[in-house]
Amino acid sequence: MSDIILKTESLTKHYGGVQALEGVDFELRAGEHVAIMGDNGAGKSTFVRQITGVEQRTRGRILFNGKEVNFKGPLEAREAGIETVFQNLALADDLDVPSNLFLGREKILLNLGPFSILDFKGMRAATDAALKRTAVKIPNLGNTIRNMSGGQRQCVAIARTATFASKLIIMDEPTAALGVQETLQVENIIRQLKANGEPLVLISHNMRQVFDLVDRIIVFRRGRMVANLKKSETSGEDVVSYITGAKTGPEFTGAA
Amino acid sequence: MTNAGVAMGQVEKQRRKPWPAELNALIGLIAIMLIFEIVGWSLVGQSFLLNKLRLSIMITQVAVVGILAVGVTQVIISGGIDLSGGSIIGASAMIAMSFAQIGTYPRAIFAAQGLVDLPIIVPILVGLLVALMCGLINGALIAYVKLPPFIATLGMMVSARGVALWFTKGQPISFPTNAFMSIGDGLTPVWIFIGIAVLFSLILKYTLYGKHTYAIGSNQAAARMSGINVERHLMLVYVIASLLAGLAGIVLIARSQTAQPVFGTMNELDAIAMTVIGGVSLSGGRGSILGTALGMLIFGVIFSGFIFLSVDAYYQNMVKGAIIVGAVALDQWRQKRQARDA
Repeated sequence: MSDIILKTESLTKHYGGVQALEGVDFELRAGEHVAIMGDNGAGKSTFVRQITGVEQRTRGRILFNGKEVNFKGPLEAREAGIETVFQNLALADDLDVPSNLFLGREKILLNLGPFSILDFKGMRAATDAALKRTAVKIPNLGNTIRNMSGGQRQCVAIARTATFASKLIIMDEPTAALGVQETLQVENIIRQLKANGEPLVLISHNMRQVFDLVDRIIVFRRGRMVANLKKSETSGEDVVSYITGAKTGPEFTGAA
Repeated sequence: MTNAGVAMGQVEKQRRKPWPAELNALIGLIAIMLIFEIVGWSLVGQSFLLNKLRLSIMITQVAVVGILAVGVTQVIISGGIDLSGGSIIGASAMIAMSFAQIGTYPRAIFAAQGLVDLPIIVPILVGLLVALMCGLINGALIAYVKLPPFIATLGMMVSARGVALWFTKGQPISFPTNAFMSIGDGLTPVWIFIGIAVLFSLILKYTLYGKHTYAIGSNQAAARMSGINVERHLMLVYVIASLLAGLAGIVLIARSQTAQPVFGTMNELDAIAMTVIGGVSLSGGRGSILGTALGMLIFGVIFSGFIFLSVDAYYQNMVKGAIIVGAVALDQWRQKRQARDA
C-alpha cells in the first residue's frame, strides 16, 4: 500500500532481561490520527523512542514512507521528516518564539559561516504563518519562552513540529502538564493538523481527548499491542477493559 | 468561566516585558557616580566627574580587562566559565613582548637571532597565536573531553601562568619598539575596547553564532536536539575568549611598555565580576555586552573614586568582593521573582 506512512514489523525492545516491547506490528496511513493508550509501563513511550531513534530496537523492522529506516539518533529521524513533541519540551527558555521555531535551521540573510547574519524578518513572518496554520495564539512573539505559561510553551513546541512540513508528527502526552484552557488550545492545534491532512501519533491517558481527536485507538499492555480499534466501533469502557487486561482483541490472542 | 478568567489574567501578566538587567547596572552606575560626586564636594571640595584627566585614566585602566570581559561574557552566556583569561594575558604578553623589542637593547631576548625591530604585526600575531593555542586546548577539553569548564580553565589558568614565568625564568621583558608602544598610547586601548565591544555586541545579537551561544547556554540538550553542533560551537566560544585575552595582553604590554610574568593575575576574576554586575546570568542564556560594559564602568568608577577620596588601596579588594557577591545575590533574587511570576 502506497499510502502507509509508518509501518513496524515485530518491533521488539529488551532492556537487559526486561521485555519492554514485544513484536509490535503497527500501521499509520496518510492523514490518519492514531492514539496509543495503555497503563504506565505498557510500552507506549518505548515504542515512540524506537521510532524516533532515541533508542535502538532489539529486533524488528521500521518502514517509513515504504522504505526501511534505521535512525541512529533523533536528529536523523527529524531530518527524515518525523517531528516529535516530547513530554519534556526541547525549548531554549531564554530565546523568543521565532528563535525557538527556527533553532538549528535559521534563515540566513548573509552567509558568513558561523557568523552568518540572521534573517529576523523572514523568520518572524514564517512564524506568523506557522502559528496561523496551527491556530496558535501567542500575544507577544518577541517574549522569551521563560515568561510564558505551560500551555503557550507547549503550543510553541507543537507549532515548531508543524512548521517544517514534516511527514509525521508524534506527540507524547502533550497535555499532561496543562490546565483546562491550555489543553483545549493544544487540542485545537491537533484538529487543525487533522484538517491539514497531516498524520499524527498521539500518546495520551485522557479518554475524552482521544475520542475527540483521533480515528483509531491502539492499546498497549505489558509491551504488547492488545487492541486496534476504530473509534466508531468502540467505547470508553471497551478501551478501559483492554487497558486493564479484562479483554484482548481477537487478532491478538497470542499476546498478554 | 473562572478558568478562562484565570488564563486571561495570566496572558495579561506575561505581556509585560521583564525589567532588563542592563537597566539595573545603569542605575547602579549613575547612583555610584552621584555618591562620589556628593562626597567629593563635601570632603575634597572638587567635582569627581568633571575632571577629564581622571575620567580618561579611569577608562584606560579598565579597558584592558574590559577586552577580556567581552570574551568572558560570551563564555558565560554559553553556560560555561573561563578562569584562564588572566594567565593567558600573562603568557601572550611575555611571548609577544619578546618579539617587539628594539635592536639597540643588547639583552633583547631574540637579539642573537636578529629578531628585533620587527614590524608591529609580528608581536601581535605571536601573542594571538599563543592565545589561540590556549583556546584550542580549553575548547577541546570542554567540548570533546567533556571536562567541566571550571576545571578545564582552572588547569589552563595554572599552566599558562607557568608558561609566562618559565619563558624568562620570572624576569620582565622591556624596551619595545615605538611603533608597538603606539598600541597603548593615550586612549587607543579604549578605542580598541569599544571596537571589540561593538563588534561582539552585533555578533551576539544578529548572527548565527550569537543565537546558538544563547541557545546552548539556555538549554544545551534542546540545542543539540535542534541540530546545533554543540561541540564545534563551544570550541569556537573558548577560542574567541582566549584570543580576546591575548589581545588584552598585547594592549597591556604596549601601555605598560614592559611585560612581566605576573601580568593579568586575578584579571579573570575582575572580568567575571564585571560580567555578573552587568546582569549576565551565571547559569547561562542571558546577558549582553552592553551589560558587561556597564559593569566595567562601575568597576572603574569605584576604584577611581577610592583614589579620588584617598581611600587605602587595601579597602578596594574588600569592597570589590562585596560588590561581586551583592550582584550575584541580586541576580538570584531576580530569577526567583521571575520564576514566581511566570
